[in-house]
Amino acid sequence: MNMTLRAMLGATVSLTLAGAALAETTITVATVNNGDMIRMQGLMDAFNAKHPDIKVEWVTLEENVLRQKVTTDIATKGGQFDVMTIGTYEAPIWGKQGWLVSLNDLPADYDVDDLLPAIRGGLTVDGNLVAAPFYGESSMVMYRTDLMEKAGLTMPDAPSWDFIREAAEKMTDKAGEVYGICLRGKAGWGENMAFLTAMSNSFGAKWFDMDWKPQFDQQPWKDTLTFYLDLMNNYGPPGASNNGFNENLALFQQGKCGMWIDATVAASFVTNPKDSTVADKVGFALAPDKGLGKRGNWLWAWNLAIPAGTQKEEAAKTFVAWATSKDYLALVAEKEGWANVPPGTRTSLYANPEYQKVPFAKMTLDSINAADPTHPTVDEVPYVGVQFVAIPEFQGLGTAVGQMFSAALAGSTSAEDALAQAQAMVTTEMTRSGYIK
Amino acid sequence: MSRKTTATRQAVVTVAAWTIGFLIFFPILWTIILSFKSEGDAIKAPLDVLTSTWSLESYHEVQERSNYLKHFWNSVVLSLGSTLLALLIAIPAAWSMAFVPGKRTKDLLMWMLSTKMMPAVGVLVPMYLMFRDFGLLDTRIGLVVVLTLINLPIVVWMLYTYFKEIPGEILEAARMDGANLRSEILYILTPMAVPGIASTLLLNVILAWNEAFWTLQLTTSNAAPLTQFIASYSSPEGLFYAKLSAASTMAIAPILILGWFSQKQLVRGLTFGAVK
Amino acid sequence: MATEHSRTAARLMVSPAVILLFLWMIVPLGMTIYFSFLRYNLLMPGMESWTGFDNYYYFITQHAFWDALVNTLLLVGGVLVITVVGGVALALLLDQPFKGQGIVRVMVIAPFFVMPTVSALVWKNMFMNPVNGMFAHIAKAFGLQPFDFLSHAPLASIILIVAWSWLPFATLILLTALQSLDREQMEAAEMDGASWLNRFIYLTVPHLTRSITVVVLIQTIFLLSVFAEILVTTNGGPGTASTNLPYLVYAQSLLNYDVGGGSAGGIIAVILANIVAIFLMRMIGKNLET
Repeated sequence: MNMTLRAMLGATVSLTLAGAALAETTITVATVNNGDMIRMQGLMDAFNAKHPDIKVEWVTLEENVLRQKVTTDIATKGGQFDVMTIGTYEAPIWGKQGWLVSLNDLPADYDVDDLLPAIRGGLTVDGNLVAAPFYGESSMVMYRTDLMEKAGLTMPDAPSWDFIREAAEKMTDKAGEVYGICLRGKAGWGENMAFLTAMSNSFGAKWFDMDWKPQFDQQPWKDTLTFYLDLMNNYGPPGASNNGFNENLALFQQGKCGMWIDATVAASFVTNPKDSTVADKVGFALAPDKGLGKRGNWLWAWNLAIPAGTQKEEAAKTFVAWATSKDYLALVAEKEGWANVPPGTRTSLYANPEYQKVPFAKMTLDSINAADPTHPTVDEVPYVGVQFVAIPEFQGLGTAVGQMFSAALAGSTSAEDALAQAQAMVTTEMTRSGYIK
Repeated sequence: MSRKTTATRQAVVTVAAWTIGFLIFFPILWTIILSFKSEGDAIKAPLDVLTSTWSLESYHEVQERSNYLKHFWNSVVLSLGSTLLALLIAIPAAWSMAFVPGKRTKDLLMWMLSTKMMPAVGVLVPMYLMFRDFGLLDTRIGLVVVLTLINLPIVVWMLYTYFKEIPGEILEAARMDGANLRSEILYILTPMAVPGIASTLLLNVILAWNEAFWTLQLTTSNAAPLTQFIASYSSPEGLFYAKLSAASTMAIAPILILGWFSQKQLVRGLTFGAVK
Repeated sequence: MATEHSRTAARLMVSPAVILLFLWMIVPLGMTIYFSFLRYNLLMPGMESWTGFDNYYYFITQHAFWDALVNTLLLVGGVLVITVVGGVALALLLDQPFKGQGIVRVMVIAPFFVMPTVSALVWKNMFMNPVNGMFAHIAKAFGLQPFDFLSHAPLASIILIVAWSWLPFATLILLTALQSLDREQMEAAEMDGASWLNRFIYLTVPHLTRSITVVVLIQTIFLLSVFAEILVTTNGGPGTASTNLPYLVYAQSLLNYDVGGGSAGGIIAVILANIVAIFLMRMIGKNLET
């Protein structure tokens, strides 16, 4: 008994001790479980053929888990990853901290000047490219061409908010379960606040003035929120306060939305006849404006970055350069067709006559170009970021404010109260964080 | 008359028990069903789901995307390793608490349990820093230690309550016969305690298998168990029900099967001293 | 009965567990206490500065704190009520002879083996989703507007999910206890004409008291730290409707990256958990006294 027990325990302990031996060129890549990333994992043979000495170990996680893990790791210098997939929100913050390896010395055939200027601008810190964009997106209006025609209207390429309101009113047919407009209402800095912050830019609103004072008590934010609530309460679907991207996608695919303003990546889903009942009746337009010079569209990209301090910088760079190169785009096009190429990063992709045949290609490009993360608002602001503010505190602030606005949409508070609460909460936090002296 | 009521009564009990059992089990059953459907069919209305074609598509996709065997093996090593280590530490402790109780034994036990109440998120950053400094991030040994410590209080308590039910007279008799402490534990106590130890072991394998905070936070790839495997199948873009169902089925199947086969042993010691 | 010799041996045997648990408790706890007095944002390392009790002050004065406190208690209480009442009922049912007992028992205990993340994902997506979930499909089949569980009854939905996972545990323990109930006594009472209700109140319930105590104690320990279910389903919202203390600590330290504030919250949670624990132990210690 004694001996067997001991032997058993010994076996377990030595089993646990025998971790996998690290090959010299294994790089660990943390990535998000979006379609484009999953597709890349299926195409690794091409990379391995070119670089047999580099083995890529994937860690694929759901977005929130990923963000939390890579942030903990990089902030504590845990050194668990050699390549991290990060958003445009993290890149400038981490770049400023010096946590990311500069990618200025990628090989010449990477052709850094080919990157879309808006995307590149958001990833450049003090002249250093700190992350290489893998795919980029903006937001735009997707609308039902048939319903628009029925309403006797024509969607301009660059509509105004007033037109959207008019169209929403005319398209709404509540008895027939058709709602003029579907917008995000679910609370979260990447959910309703992504939409509302981008929308507020076009209304001339901003999160902070040059002294980092919150601006929710100002008229432009009141106009934004009132307009949004009015739109949603009169012409939106029921239960909108819990609708995020996926929920609205389902509604639109089932033909229940006249218009939907959301990520450009949705275009490929709503035009896919396999899932969408309205695939052949979708038109695209730029996100609306208010005539103030800014449109209400955001800018986001998932990017590959290399944490400073990794032992395998060279291998990591080789991988990043490959994954975000023109050749990779060509590879995906060859294997999976042009519509599946990761969009929104390179000018040359949009100049390609093959890619121009994709129905939403042009509007995606125009939308991305219409966003400027370094000058997101009508007035001057001290921050970078279109639908977010690139400061560490924003994730928490955005989510908290998002919950207040979501409650206003659900009808449990008024617009004024929600704004007043937001103003008070953000002021406290910003004072505490030392922005407001 | 009496026989008839018994028969009716048994029929009612049978129907009620089967209905309730089925309802409780239904979410798991439905997940298994959805895992054999295509993504497009998985979001249909329940009746349409049942009549749609069956396919292994999702399993193929999951198999292609992730290394299930690696995660599975890590789960096995972590849950078994931590449980055995915990038993090794807990058996002597529980023995002495049960047979040589002091004034403070109860307090000690309660204190042990109270260490379980620390919210894990609150100590994540300190733990991460320590793991980094000791080079334990993404190692099985590190996680085995953490899981051992997390479950140790429950293990000690379960064993303690079980040991306490072993009559002290037997030990005294043995002592009279000249048995020393070591042989007392080995030859008298342990055999009597085997059912209790077995069910403690089972319960803790289950708890360790399902632990989803530290196993997710402190691993990346080498030591990552099935909890991390699951974390890559809920998607904000597009349809994912079938793939999520397939991954979930694969993650819970091993422990479900183990649990079903060993439920008798599990139940026997699961009394925490509450049955006399 | 114990000799001096065996007492020393007993100390020696109990000490590894005590020392390990003590280290496990004190080292992270010590570091957490230290961090809780710092202004420490994870994203701004090197900027740590001493702030005294500021973190505690901010944590307690935020309106979410009181909501979280109430939600934590509601969650623990709600799940306990469901699992204990349901567990007793289910145990009584399963204790009867009927066809296929083994299979039914296997079905009933199955949820206990499902990891919390999986059960939360399954309930959220396959059942409670207002567009594609099972409940929505059923509602639509009856011509009703689907109910959006997670935004209109978030806490109740989470209680349901957690209770589903723990009901088997309670049932198992109570069933085991029930099976040790003295049959003869029961039959004698029946002969004497005691009604079912009387037998239940005067025989079954007292017999189950200790088991119920154990169920309450063990579940409370686990329920106080429910986290994965909330993270996966509602993210604590809408508003703070389903935020409990562990989730609030999480939001503070990993959404706001405010390690100082999160640590303070963690310490507060530990203190509160221990208050509950002491209260519970008092109550239960008596019951467990032999």
